[in-house]
Amino acid sequence: MQSAQTSFENLRKDFPILKRTVRDNKTLVYLDNASTTQKPNQVIDAINDFYRNHNANIHRAVYALAEEATELYENAREKIANFINVKDKTEIIFVRGTTEAINLVAYAWGRDQIKEGDIIVTTEYEHHSNIVPWQLLTQEKGAKLEYIGMDDNGELILDDLDKYLATGRVKLVTFSLMSNVLGTISDVETIISKCKAAGVLTLVDGAQAVPHMKVDIEKLGCDFFAFSAHKMLGPTGIGILWVRKSVLETMSPFHGGGDMIREVHKYETTWNDLPYKFEAGTPNIADVIGFGAAIDYLSDIGMDAIRQHEIELTSYAIEKLSQVKGLHIYGTKDISKRGGVISFNFADVHPHDVAQIIDAEGIAIRSGHHCAQVLMERLDVAATSRASFYIYNTREEVDKLINSLNKVARIFKL
Amino acid sequence: MSNADIYHEMIIDYSRNPINYGKIEDHDVTFHDSNPLCGDSIDIDMKIDGDKVSDIKFHGKGCAICMACSSVLTEIAKGKNIDDVRKISKTDVLGELGLENLQAVRIKCALLSLKVLKSALYSYLGKHLDDSSDVDKLKEEAASLY
Repeated sequence: MQSAQTSFENLRKDFPILKRTVRDNKTLVYLDNASTTQKPNQVIDAINDFYRNHNANIHRAVYALAEEATELYENAREKIANFINVKDKTEIIFVRGTTEAINLVAYAWGRDQIKEGDIIVTTEYEHHSNIVPWQLLTQEKGAKLEYIGMDDNGELILDDLDKYLATGRVKLVTFSLMSNVLGTISDVETIISKCKAAGVLTLVDGAQAVPHMKVDIEKLGCDFFAFSAHKMLGPTGIGILWVRKSVLETMSPFHGGGDMIREVHKYETTWNDLPYKFEAGTPNIADVIGFGAAIDYLSDIGMDAIRQHEIELTSYAIEKLSQVKGLHIYGTKDISKRGGVISFNFADVHPHDVAQIIDAEGIAIRSGHHCAQVLMERLDVAATSRASFYIYNTREEVDKLINSLNKVARIFKL
Repeated sequence: MSNADIYHEMIIDYSRNPINYGKIEDHDVTFHDSNPLCGDSIDIDMKIDGDKVSDIKFHGKGCAICMACSSVLTEIAKGKNIDDVRKISKTDVLGELGLENLQAVRIKCALLSLKVLKSALYSYLGKHLDDSSDVDKLKEEAASLY
């Protein structure tokens, strides 16, 4: 029987891009998976097959191609619903990505529900996409945006949540299941049970979590859930907003146009059924189908196996990085509380300089504020370097990262 | 040339020991700008006597390229007439550090301080000159650096 590590290495053959070289003939070491992941042949082929063999618009025409396209599109919705354990697939809305999903909630739910003096609670480790839409909404409504703070271990200070809930004015608590900078996995059970007890709705940003661990929406018990295909082997430009039916039924439309209507008259319109009421215009059909192929691919491996692979790889990387003199890792080192995202700073060397020097070795990591400037302020840094893993990454690649950091140390005379 | 080769001795030295780093408390003009994508952030303070930049200092957070270019730029500008400072071009800064072939994604690191300097000048000239067409030209120049 093959060891778990070997079987994960076997997956690499499915990813054509991992065979290429970059810069001076260096093998690509792709460690920017928190930003976006590479795509396997199965996903690329599914998109290709759609355009070659089935391309037509959906939900309208009666001819054969249109029927095939509609079936492929709706099958993908079903696969996605099953993947996150959603029983009613009409609660699954296709959007461009997590950013659009959150903006949809802020617009179609928030504009009706948020009044002057209300409070929306987010956290200090959110991506800008879970901060800025709420700033826009609260500013428009004269409401307040408050933050659950983060401790030095990179974990949320839930006493802050209690404090805000006690005001009785909180209408929504919105937080990421996994931080895109620190990899911290939020204590989702505690947060949601506190909110439920207070009768407050919750939005969970699953962009970083869904690709890396088993997520069961029914078990979570949140009211809104958002994630993106491109961070989980799927194409860019497609994502999911799930909304609990009882909440979804109260929401006004987001975009007006084709497909979201039942009847249009000169001065009034009635809305289509869910979820189409929120899917105006011709959707990103091919990429939805590609997303379905990504879900199949991940399901075949199994999300628990993926989480285990990343736990092993991340533990190894943290151990190795901790041995590099002058290197500081942010966030908790308790592997049960974090995913495969490691943010670090290397002595006084700016992350851009780190990233550029190791890029010459073919290693792709991210440097910058990672769309989390509130968190950067909290950490009191301008930027961090960030390495993030996925199913195709190996221990050898972690070793290459460590070696390349030695080159940084040499150049900067550390 | 490898992209790591831009990190030669001079860049490392300037980034470790920046020249003209700090604040001028009684400045005549100060300006701040940042690069939204990378978070590099630079302030430039200037003391202006007549038509001469008698002192100039910068402070902020940035990568080695940003720090080295800010050092070189302030060295070039210090003591010069405003007219000559206005003429400082991107090739003056990049050439001084051998960064003429810097990849596009890093150009904004190298030229942030030049953008701040030009912006500082138009903000100064806008207050002290009547001819606003000149100031508009400078403003445009700063905005179109990268």
